[in-house]
Amino acid sequence: MLLSIDDIHASYSGIRALDGVSLHIAKGEMVALIGPNGAGKSTLLNCISGIVTPTAGSIKVEGVELVRKPARAISRMGVLQSPEGRQVLPDMSVLENLMVGANALHGRAPTHDLGDVYRLFPILDERREQMAGSLSGGQQQMLAIGRALMGGPNILLLDEPSLGLAPVIVQQVFDALARLRQDGMTILLVEQNARKALQFSDRAYVIEHGRVVTQGSSSELAHNDDILAHYMGTGGH
Amino acid sequence: MFLQQVVNGLIIGGVYALFALGFTLIFGIHKIMNLAHGGIFMTGAFIGLYSVQAGLPIWVAFILAMIGAGLVSVIIEVTAFRRLRQSGEVEFSALISSIGANLVLVSIAQILSRTQVLRFPFDTFPIIIFSFWGLRVSALQLAIALLALVLVGVMSWYLYKTAFGRQVRAVAQNERAALLSGIRPGAIYFQTFMLSGMLAGAAGVLVGLAFNSIHFMMGDPFLLRGFVVVILGGLGSVAGALVASLGFGVLQTLSIAYLSASLSDIIIFGLLFVVLLLRPNGLFGKDEAGVLRGRR
Repeated sequence: MLLSIDDIHASYSGIRALDGVSLHIAKGEMVALIGPNGAGKSTLLNCISGIVTPTAGSIKVEGVELVRKPARAISRMGVLQSPEGRQVLPDMSVLENLMVGANALHGRAPTHDLGDVYRLFPILDERREQMAGSLSGGQQQMLAIGRALMGGPNILLLDEPSLGLAPVIVQQVFDALARLRQDGMTILLVEQNARKALQFSDRAYVIEHGRVVTQGSSSELAHNDDILAHYMGTGGH
Repeated sequence: MFLQQVVNGLIIGGVYALFALGFTLIFGIHKIMNLAHGGIFMTGAFIGLYSVQAGLPIWVAFILAMIGAGLVSVIIEVTAFRRLRQSGEVEFSALISSIGANLVLVSIAQILSRTQVLRFPFDTFPIIIFSFWGLRVSALQLAIALLALVLVGVMSWYLYKTAFGRQVRAVAQNERAALLSGIRPGAIYFQTFMLSGMLAGAAGVLVGLAFNSIHFMMGDPFLLRGFVVVILGGLGSVAGALVASLGFGVLQTLSIAYLSASLSDIIIFGLLFVVLLLRPNGLFGKDEAGVLRGRR
């Protein structure tokens, strides 16, 4: 297993966000984490990235324990997140944002160079000198993913990449993810757009109230109308 | 002698720029209004003076003052700001904390100097006057202009052209995103406070030399002028602080030369209000949304 999460508990501001979540991802897998708003999906990603410290449990990447490691050390190991709301650096150019992403390499060999990122997202090449704050939401999302790629990811954590994007842009972003997956990238995808997430991933976990309520292959889950109706609500079309 | 006054003003403006840039750097990046900046500036002047009195040449004293003031700035970061930052709401509490840090520095200097005005020895800096195009410029003035130019240039290059500077700006714009890219904010805070303190220390020695007066309260008027320069230029804007500093220096010198010293502050603060009425975010300030985004 590339990523092994075992019985993780976490809370913030006195609210219990994760209540014993276990999740495993093999190298080269694309796994979706779906569930309603407030289920604890983002908290789990932030536990992996070291931004939230779990109260109990274990998170291992290639056997190395991540819990209680500082966030910068985790990103330098190649556990890289494209955070919710993109979080691009607004007053820096597209190129500079990508170069900031390369900081996470910290001596490791890169997996993607600027050319690779520009081939994946040609619009970023066109806008390379433009300030990131002036990009559209979709372009910012592409930049956030590109920035993570520049850091040489062993595993890519994506938090709501489709949030607030027009359907045609969502399709572009997911097409890029499909290409990354084809090239062997390990991806953990957090999504509210359940249909899209299930369509593109190998396996999926459904979490609610901080617990895994069901899991399985994405194609099976995608055909389970009960699950879609019950857990996804208006999840996507 | 209008041109002569302009030249004098530009040179004083260069010193303001050194002072203001360090101040705006901390505000722009860490959103901390560091009211101890005047104290750090004064500390630099004292270190320079004591080094010269200990028999060191002025250029060594200058370097020691920069390093010393930089370290004092870092110590203030660690003792007065770091814990507050971890608690979240840093802006107001850091303001109060920085007033406390300033009081500590000023009190130490007051005790050391026994509340007296100190001076560099007469021959600290060779007195050479250059005359050209009807202007008279001293070697000290040239040195000040040159140093200000070089230091401001080096700092801009560092911030905007190096990988380190890119990390600094990344932390300034989004600390969490920087963290997710493997940047260590603690190291950035160390660098920016060191840099800011070094610029203040350099300004302290230059002011001590230029006005031949070093005393424990010397930071206060500079802090006030630093505020004006930083607000005129646009909070956090390096280019704005530079232009506003030079303009401030020239305006101050001209109003003292042609009107009266007591009018100079009225003119300068009057101008500040006019600029703020017309451009609420300063000459080089960001648009409204940009300022809000910067504060979020």
